[in-house]
Amino acid sequence: MHGIFTIYRKEMEDHFGSIRFLLIAALIVMVGVIIASMVGMSMQDELKGVAKPNFVFLLLFTSTGKLFSFTQFIGFLGPLIGIILGFDAVNRERTGRTLSKLVSQPIYRDAIINAKFLAGVTMIAIVMASLVLIISGLGIRLIGVVPGADEVWRLLIYLVLSILYISFWLGAAILFSVVFRSTATSALASLAAWIFLSFFVGLGGSFLADAVAPMQQTADVAQATEAFINNDRVQRIVSFLAPATLYGDATSTILDPLRKTPRSFILMGPLERLSLSRFQNPLPLVQSIVIVAPFMISLIAITFICFGICYMVFMRQEIRST
Amino acid sequence: MEKEIVIHMEGLTKRYGAQTVVDRLSLDVAEGEIFGFLGPNGAGKTTTMLMLLGLTEPTAGTVRVCGFDPARDPLKVKEIIGYLPENVGFYEDMDARQNLRYIARLNRIPDQVSTVRIDRLLDEVDLAKEAHKPVGSYSKGMKQRLGIAEVLIKEPRVVFLDEPTIGLDPDGTNKMLDMICALSRERQMTIFFSSHLLDQVQRISDRIGIMIKGKLVAAGPLAELAQRGLGLEEGEAYTLDQIYMKYFKEG
Ligand SMILES: Nc1ncnc2c1ncn2[C@@H]1O[C@H](COP(=O)(O)OP(=O)(O)OP(=O)(O)O)[C@@H](O)[C@H]1O
Ligand SMILES: [Mg+2]
Repeated sequence: MHGIFTIYRKEMEDHFGSIRFLLIAALIVMVGVIIASMVGMSMQDELKGVAKPNFVFLLLFTSTGKLFSFTQFIGFLGPLIGIILGFDAVNRERTGRTLSKLVSQPIYRDAIINAKFLAGVTMIAIVMASLVLIISGLGIRLIGVVPGADEVWRLLIYLVLSILYISFWLGAAILFSVVFRSTATSALASLAAWIFLSFFVGLGGSFLADAVAPMQQTADVAQATEAFINNDRVQRIVSFLAPATLYGDATSTILDPLRKTPRSFILMGPLERLSLSRFQNPLPLVQSIVIVAPFMISLIAITFICFGICYMVFMRQEIRST
Repeated sequence: MEKEIVIHMEGLTKRYGAQTVVDRLSLDVAEGEIFGFLGPNGAGKTTTMLMLLGLTEPTAGTVRVCGFDPARDPLKVKEIIGYLPENVGFYEDMDARQNLRYIARLNRIPDQVSTVRIDRLLDEVDLAKEAHKPVGSYSKGMKQRLGIAEVLIKEPRVVFLDEPTIGLDPDGTNKMLDMICALSRERQMTIFFSSHLLDQVQRISDRIGIMIKGKLVAAGPLAELAQRGLGLEEGEAYTLDQIYMKYFKEG
């Protein structure tokens, strides 16, 4: 424990002094705030003369303004925070020749990885929490609505989800920093994994589903329905390997209790029409949590898999200073 | 009185694929001794040290450092040893004090204790004036001296120095050797150091081991090696050079 704490402290100092990290964090906070305030301003107009609809506050985070919603934005670019925090965690020490010194101190080797991971998670938590707080503050001013207890809980769960999601990428990046000796290679590998898992696995999922369980155009409704369900099931299984899909589905469930479909929706027209077109009753918070829990567990599980591989590679690795 | 054995190796072997880098090495080093580990490039000196430190696993054979197995009890070993790697690196944006403080903390040395020690050590290695500069701006010799300070901050029982004089100028080399000598004489530390430079090993070592292509071809006090290796009588002039070249040719 002692070793973890010492390394953690140093890593935190490094992160706060790292221009690279500060730049990406500033960029993400800035864009996130801009997106949310654009949404807030357009809602301002629509809310005029309308009785307060349910969960209007959460719409700040989920509704797509001109481009995309805040949650979609974090789903896309959030991983970059994790990658930037982790891609050179271990191989930086290797190229700086400090690693052989570090592992010859009386600390367990996993303490090095754990401390670096924890420091990264702390940074992620700081960035995400301040982002959510800034947007909430702006939202209160822009739309003049104070979030209810239910909404605050949902936001908190969203925050935890986002931290888990970005932490997965941190874990993956640390894994690459253990496997690859050069920092440039591990940065490229992390980016490649990010692009692959975020953009192609979703597509690949539907291709695979169509190949394995094609949808049928038959007159028999029962058969067609079954084929459709099978197809969807294959897609879901594949997408469970894609953190971005997991994250997207989970956030839309938790932040949008009125939603009918797990796909993202677009805020069009007045809010009244919007709520008419959807279920009248929102999903209770507890039910939302029940739905989201498996997504969270999947996110944690894939992070742990990264760690398992990390330990396997690093624990017995020979460490030379050349 | 027999001195305690602190480093014990028996049948120690390391293979990388088909290449045997360390071949059935058996060697004991006693408490307070300076053991010079001599060998040309690629002889397996660093590999032997890594096995002693538990930084790589032996293919076969046993290692004990102060009675502990570095592979099974890594923390016990690492608490009592200090290691200066071949090309020591530092956190370049931190200054000398911060680097030393970090290592001290990893060794659970309270800050009040380490503050005093850091000042004393920086004085000893002649870096007190430059202590506030970031280590990135240090010269090779300064880094090497800082490396020694870092090894000593935990007051180890056994010190492993991998080519401590590499890249130093003659003056720096002399100072380094004197410092190593003093450590052993004044603080009773056991010192295991490697080098491929004969005269240095000759100057400060109590005993010498010569390793060539993974095999320990000779080990013992200099005089003994000379007698055995060259068939010289006691008192006859010899240099380690002659001995070394003789073994080298045989190997
Ligand atoms: N990871 C590895 N895989 C394969 N061979 C290796 C590995 N590490 C070292 N070797 C080989 O082991 C041999 C001994 O290396 P070692 O570093 O122990 O030599 P050394 O005596 O320290 O030499 P030097 O004086 O150059 O530091 C070399 O021939 C090297 O090629
Ligand atoms: Mg070497």
